[in-house]
This record gives sequence, structure tokens and C-alpha cells, in this order.
Amino acid sequence: MTTGIKPKHQRLVLLVIALVALLGAGLLAAWALRNQANYFYLPQEIVADAPAPDEAVRLGGMVETGSIRTDADGITVHFIVGDGAARVPVRFTGIVPALFVEDSGVVAEGSMGTDGTFIASNLLAKHDENYMPSELEGMSREEVREQVEATVL
Amino acid sequence: MPKGQTQFAPQNGIMHGFANPARFLRIATWLTPLLLVSGLVLGMGALGWAWFNYPPDRLMGDSVKILPLHVATAWLGMGGWMSIAIASLVELVWRHPLAAIAARASAVPGAVFTFVCLATGSIWGRPTWGTWWVWDGRLTSMLVLLFLYFGYIALSGALAREGASTRIAAIFGLVGAINIPIINRSVVWWNSLHQPPSITMGNSAIDPAFLYPLLICTLGFSLLFGGVVLARMRTILAEVQAEARLRRKAMQAAEGF
Repeated sequence: MTTGIKPKHQRLVLLVIALVALLGAGLLAAWALRNQANYFYLPQEIVADAPAPDEAVRLGGMVETGSIRTDADGITVHFIVGDGAARVPVRFTGIVPALFVEDSGVVAEGSMGTDGTFIASNLLAKHDENYMPSELEGMSREEVREQVEATVL
Repeated sequence: MPKGQTQFAPQNGIMHGFANPARFLRIATWLTPLLLVSGLVLGMGALGWAWFNYPPDRLMGDSVKILPLHVATAWLGMGGWMSIAIASLVELVWRHPLAAIAARASAVPGAVFTFVCLATGSIWGRPTWGTWWVWDGRLTSMLVLLFLYFGYIALSGALAREGASTRIAAIFGLVGAINIPIINRSVVWWNSLHQPPSITMGNSAIDPAFLYPLLICTLGFSLLFGGVVLARMRTILAEVQAEARLRRKAMQAAEGF
């Protein structure tokens, strides 16, 4: 080696450059996918760019508090999915998942009806990142938030 | 290992490099059972504690009992590939003869953890989400990790059988590491059915009653992972040494005639 750099160091530098380039390429590709790899659309995206009436899409958001209404047949539910920016009414006929409750996440599979109601053929409940025992359920949201935030690693 | 020993002629393959990995074996002999036993005790203890003492979750009820097993195996599944990647880097740059063995030994336990994570996630998803499987960013990238493990195991096994250079597997191990930050960020970048991270820098959205068994379980599984890797490294070393001895005997016999 005439340059005086040890081969070990040369290998290290080359490998680090290759890894940085690879990492950059991989993360760039993943970042570019961010609009294509979404599992569902948010209500504001559905409202801004409404899908065709027979196009199969997934709508995800929070079930609005007090919006769940069950029809007389007992299996058709109406509710509103919102994301803070837009609200989409949803109709679903069937058995809802156990975690389908108000003020909680939901992913509805189906298509947009002509009257602006989303007709869901399947409902998936989306659990959020919070885990707490049911004893804490009686606490107010503020108390629960404090309790959860007190848990610092 | 002394400096001179790490250099070996390529045509001799890895045989020469650790003709005498004595120091590693001396440490591994007592460290392996220690890690395996303490890992089993901590891991199984935490899982047993979760099974019998976890209070029902506010929304998901008793199915929260699967949390420590699912989350700890997910971390160890990703950690397994990180140890393959780090060992591969050490192998390529410093040519440490034990690094290739360590990378190869990490693959099977890492794949097992990844598989358990996917299986428990599926079992947990049925009552919680209402489905066994969806193709969202997190689930898909984790499945890709399992397939990467299968590819790595097949590749490193084939290289060892044919006596070829382990550097091909090392490059595969490093390239495959790109999937780890993608798994980690998948629930942040993309809308997914899988929840966003509960534990971020210094904060936890998991109640202490659920959290501490998870952390102990993770520690236990990490020790268990270390123990299995050491045991597999010793096995691979023994195989290589046995083969080197056979070759030497065959050469001596051939020279005798």
C-alpha cells in the first residue's frame, strides 16, 4: 500500500460509504412510497378526492363520540368517521368487532355510496398505542393521561 | 485474538483462522449455560406473571396477556438481524474469524423470534382487529424480515457446505439491514392497521402493570438469544475443527504412501 492507509481502514471507509448510500436509497424509496403504501385513506382524503362509487377503498379514522346508531334490524349500524379535519358517515351491516367503540380507531372496507355515505362491507377495529387496566377506566381522560405519562422508562 | 492469527490465506477458507479459538471457547463454556438458564428463568417467569397476574385491558380484556410475548419477540427478531449486520461489518472490515460464525449463529434464533412475533400478532389480531392478517406496512415489512432470514440461512448454509467465502453472506446481512428502520418507521410513515409505537424515547403509553413484565421478558429473551448464539457458535466451531482434522489425517495418509 503506497498511500499509507491501512487496508483495514480502507475497507471500513468503503463499507461505510456503501452503507450510507444503501441506507439513503432504501429510506428514499420507502419515503417515496408514503402515499402508495398507506393501508387506508383518511376522511379528509376521501372528502377532497372522492373515489368512484364502485371503487373499493379503505377508510380509516376515529369513530365520533355519540355517532353510533343501530337500525331496527339490529345489525345495521350508522356512524361517523372523522379525523379532526373532515367527517364521513358510514353504514355497515354485520357483526362489528369487539373493539369497535366510540372515540376509537376503525378501518372500514367498502366503497362510497352515491349519497355521500360510505358503505362498509367489513369493519376492522384499530387499537391505539395506549394500554391500561380496566380499573383505570372510571378516571377522567386527564387523570388517565397523567397516569400514562407518569410511566416514564 | 492476537493480531497475526486473524490473517489467513483465502484458499484455506476459514479453517486456518481459528485453529485455536481457545479464549472464546474458554469463556463460552461457562457463559452459554449461564445465559440459557438465566434467560429461561427471566423470560418464562415474566410470561407466567403476565399470564396469571395481568389485569384485563380497558378495551381488549384478557387478550392483552399476549403483549410481552409479542413485543419482546418482535424486538428480538429485529435485534437478531442487527447482530447479523454488526457481525458482518466486523467480518468484512476487521476480518475477525469469529464474526462470520457469530453472524451465521444468529440467523436461526432471530428467525424463530420473528416467526413467534408474526404468529402471536396474528392470534392477537383476530380478537382485537377482527382479522388474522392484513397487508399493511408493519405486517408486510415484518414478513419480509422472516423471508430475509430464510434467505440468509439458506445462503450461509450453502456457502459453508461448499467451502466458499462467507463474505457473500456478510454482504447479504448488511444489505438486509435496510429493512430494520423500515419496520421501525412503517407505522409512522404510513397509515396502518397496526398501532403506532407505544414506547418512544423515554415515554411509554403502556401502563406500568403491563410494562414491567414486558421489559423483564425482553431482558430474558435477550439473554436466551445470547446463549443460543454461543451454543450454535460452539457447534459450528466444532464442525469446522472436526473437518480440518479429517483433512489433515487424509493428507498425512496420502503422504505416507
